[in-house]
Amino acid sequence: MVKPTALIELSGVSLTLESGAGPVNILKDINISITDGETVGIVGPSGSGKSSLMSLMTGLEQATGGSVIVDGLSFNGADEDALARHRLSRVGIVMQAFHLIPTMTALENVAVPLELAGVNDAFDRASRELEAVGLAHRMDHYPAQMSGGEQQRVALARALAPEPAILFGDEPTGNLDGKTGRAVIDLLFELAKDRGSTLILVTHDPALADRCDRVISMSDGKIVDDTGDTRSVGGSEKTDAAVAS
Amino acid sequence: MISRSSTVPVALRLALRELRAGLTGFKVFMACLILGVTAIAAIGSLTRAIQDGLEREGQSILGGDIEVNIYQREASDEAVAWFENVGDVSTSARLRTMARMEPKAGSPASSTLVELRAVDGNYPLYGDFITAPALNNESLFAQEGDLWGVAIDPLLAEKLSANIGDVLRFGRIRADIRAFIEQEPDKANLGFQLGPTVMIGREALAETGLVTTGSLVNFYYKIRLPEGTSIGAVREDLKQAFPEESWRIRDRGTSAPGLRRFIDQMGMFLTLVGISALVVGGVGVGNAVRGYMDRKTRTIATLKILGADGKTVFTTYFFQILLIGAIAISVGLFAGAFLPTVLAQFLPDTLPVKPDGGVYPVALALAALYGLMITVAFTVWPLGKARDLPAVRLFRALVAPETKWPRFIYTAVIFGAALVVVLLAVGLSENRVLAGGFIVGSAAALGILRAASWAIEKTASIVPRPRNALARMAIANLHRPGAATGAVVISLGLGLTLFAGIALIEGNLGKQLGEQVPSEAPAFFMLDIQPYQVDDFRTAAMDIEGVNDVVVIPNLRGRVTELNGVSASDVEVDQEVRWVLRGDRGLSYMRELNQGSAVVEGEWWSEDYSGPPEVSLGKEVADGLGLTIGDTITISVLGRDITATVRSLRDINWGSFGFNFVILFDPNTLAAAPHTFMATLKASDDAERAAHSVITNQFPNVTAIRMKEVLSSVNVLVDQIGTAVRATAVVAIVAGILVLAGAIAAGFQQRVYESVILKVVGAVRSQILRAYLLEYALIGLVTAVIALFLGTLTGWIVVEQVMELDFTFLPVPMMITVGASLLVTVVFGMASSFRALSAKPNAVLRTE
Repeated sequence: MVKPTALIELSGVSLTLESGAGPVNILKDINISITDGETVGIVGPSGSGKSSLMSLMTGLEQATGGSVIVDGLSFNGADEDALARHRLSRVGIVMQAFHLIPTMTALENVAVPLELAGVNDAFDRASRELEAVGLAHRMDHYPAQMSGGEQQRVALARALAPEPAILFGDEPTGNLDGKTGRAVIDLLFELAKDRGSTLILVTHDPALADRCDRVISMSDGKIVDDTGDTRSVGGSEKTDAAVAS
Repeated sequence: MISRSSTVPVALRLALRELRAGLTGFKVFMACLILGVTAIAAIGSLTRAIQDGLEREGQSILGGDIEVNIYQREASDEAVAWFENVGDVSTSARLRTMARMEPKAGSPASSTLVELRAVDGNYPLYGDFITAPALNNESLFAQEGDLWGVAIDPLLAEKLSANIGDVLRFGRIRADIRAFIEQEPDKANLGFQLGPTVMIGREALAETGLVTTGSLVNFYYKIRLPEGTSIGAVREDLKQAFPEESWRIRDRGTSAPGLRRFIDQMGMFLTLVGISALVVGGVGVGNAVRGYMDRKTRTIATLKILGADGKTVFTTYFFQILLIGAIAISVGLFAGAFLPTVLAQFLPDTLPVKPDGGVYPVALALAALYGLMITVAFTVWPLGKARDLPAVRLFRALVAPETKWPRFIYTAVIFGAALVVVLLAVGLSENRVLAGGFIVGSAAALGILRAASWAIEKTASIVPRPRNALARMAIANLHRPGAATGAVVISLGLGLTLFAGIALIEGNLGKQLGEQVPSEAPAFFMLDIQPYQVDDFRTAAMDIEGVNDVVVIPNLRGRVTELNGVSASDVEVDQEVRWVLRGDRGLSYMRELNQGSAVVEGEWWSEDYSGPPEVSLGKEVADGLGLTIGDTITISVLGRDITATVRSLRDINWGSFGFNFVILFDPNTLAAAPHTFMATLKASDDAERAAHSVITNQFPNVTAIRMKEVLSSVNVLVDQIGTAVRATAVVAIVAGILVLAGAIAAGFQQRVYESVILKVVGAVRSQILRAYLLEYALIGLVTAVIALFLGTLTGWIVVEQVMELDFTFLPVPMMITVGASLLVTVVFGMASSFRALSAKPNAVLRTE
């Protein structure tokens, strides 16, 4: 059987940042391979490196060691503008704090990535995206005039509007109550599936992670478990054993 | 909707949407720009308005289309015929003399210095000569019986307590006052006047006996050309027809050159001060944008996460800044265009034109350009840094260290904008050395203030912590992130430096004019002493009690025609001394070298020298002309070319208030030439009146110029200039205060939080206020000390090095500087602190 081509490939990745108190090792020797169409949950306690891992995969941060290849583009050595352009065409991100631009209406917020990509009918498409998340009646409302759930749905519409190959969610329900959070997650999974996007979710919630095809568990900057790939767990011995089996 | 139109660049669309949040946070930004642009636009518009007025009124200010001015002699018949051939001619003469009031019942005879103008029936060719009562020239000046008629400046009537019908004496004639002058159309063309004007007829002047060989009299031939005649062509023809003449020709485009030069230079200097105000405001503009970009961190990071590249982010916010800047600049231009109409009310009455309240597009465009470039220079730095803001900032505070500098392209843009300001300011200036010096000085001051603010923050961070908690807090606040220290020291410091420097220069000038000059200078300059009067004059003067140091010297005029046999018009000389070769120069000769100069090369003549013509030259001028001992200089004196050998070079002390001549002849050569003498004499306060009375009565043809009156005229001028310069410098201080207010406002929320926490841990309001008071007093004091140092340095350089006068440290401007700095800093700081302290702890903590 031919092994599917990896959409995201992290090999021996590490991330060390300088701080006032000296260097801090955020991520150590990370090896991950994610294929097209997978849904992946990344779990772990606070400070385990989940969000940093997502930052590396979205090109928001550069690894200080190892190699990161996403959708055929090697992030190593790519400048920030190249990574931004890559996100624009291939990546959508939904964040815990929504991060809508307060001076723009819901419609304008959704249209921003399309406008940045030079799409002529940005507002028509944005309008359809808002309808898809059930906010046709809120198009001209500003973020401050909407509830948290509504804001997150706008953020979801914004992330999906450019039809990204990969959709990232960083604790997307963290600021929502249980019921609203579940509704948003249902929408997230449904729309990702409809569009054939690879979905990668960073979450504290084991139940949410369980809805994914694959769960990567992190602790202290390392992957301690990966239900989809045994290579990175327990180091090379386990990998060899798995291959042998 | 523009903000959604796909035809509009995406960065502009985003910028327009961002602007929906309003101009909150941009008040100081706008105020600083409005203030600076208004000042520059108003100064530029007013200068242009006056220049346009001078241009428009050129004919009446000159009194003709062309003016030929000849010194000490009338034009030849041939020349007059030539003038009359090209147009209508009005002939006049001007000299300084004494007007003596004939004694009236109850009041003694009195006399004073006047500018006597003798005009013909054609005066004025342009403009209106208005008198009260309104009379024509014939009625004003014609001889009636033994009395000639005069029209006088009302100022003279006031000085002599004279009225219509009273009789004045000028030399040998008597004249009755027939009218007061209300408007003298060509007055500005005459330049600086030592006394009020008296107008008489030309025939009367001939009878006065005041015009003899060597008299200091100017003859003017004003020509009205037929419509459509080319002035340039007539000037050229005139030059070709009389190539040997050394007369001075002016046309309506170059009338009142002194006034034009003064207006140009004043406009230039005030513009430079205005640019300083704009630079001070630029600090506020930069701070406002830095604060704005800090508040926009989340939005910028979000845009980057959504795929916006750095260029889009930069352009989005650059558009916003430019739009807000454009609004502020427009307001400034509007105010600047309107203000000259108001300022015109404060212009001195002596100005011959009242500026029109029109719009002057070039002046406004220039102000807009300065505003725009300062905006760019001070905002591109924070914008450039925002361009490279890591998007991951949204997720956590710990990120890879940021670079301190924005990308090269942005530093290049900043440098380019600053360069445009410098090139414009220097390039458009008549006096590039002064403009360049001002810019370099301002830049150095800015650099020193920046370094000083860094040093203060650094020092505050490393000094041992005081035991007193309040002092500790005050010192810590000087260097905490977001501290107002830098903004206050730089902006308020620059404004105060400017103020202190100007106040010191003006104060020192005032001191020189008010104290030093009167104590060292002679009480009188006496002119037009005839050779036969010299001995009597000397004796009469020395006989007056309280009079001393009577110096009498010969006075001639001559024009340098050749240097070492090369025509003066062809020789290459230092620009600084070119004036020596232009027109007639004063000449003298003396047997013994008087005080005020010393021979530094060659030697002075022996007492019995009787050799060929020789001269002694001022060393600086000789160097500039490329002359040294043994070289020759040819000078035309009374139409005769005299070639003299340079025998000695002198170091001249121009501050000695005596007669200083660049060119001194040997005692022999000019002794036989027809000429007059001049004298200086010193007199005690009591003796001044007696000296004036004795000399002017005994020698009616001698003109007495009283130093105190000259100084008082100069003082009035210096005061008027000082007021304009100080007013502009105050704009810089106001800009500094705005920056300070902005910096304090930016830290307000932090101060609220800090004061709440202090209250929570048990501090009482008075303790917190004391800490804040100490903090602001420290900033104010340090700013004042730096501004004092820089202002004093500026004052010293200008007074000692440029003006070559003695510099005195003046306590009053210094105390004003310290007081203003402390007051402004403490008042604004404490006002904000009071508001911060009034916040309720619960309300604040709940929102955290």
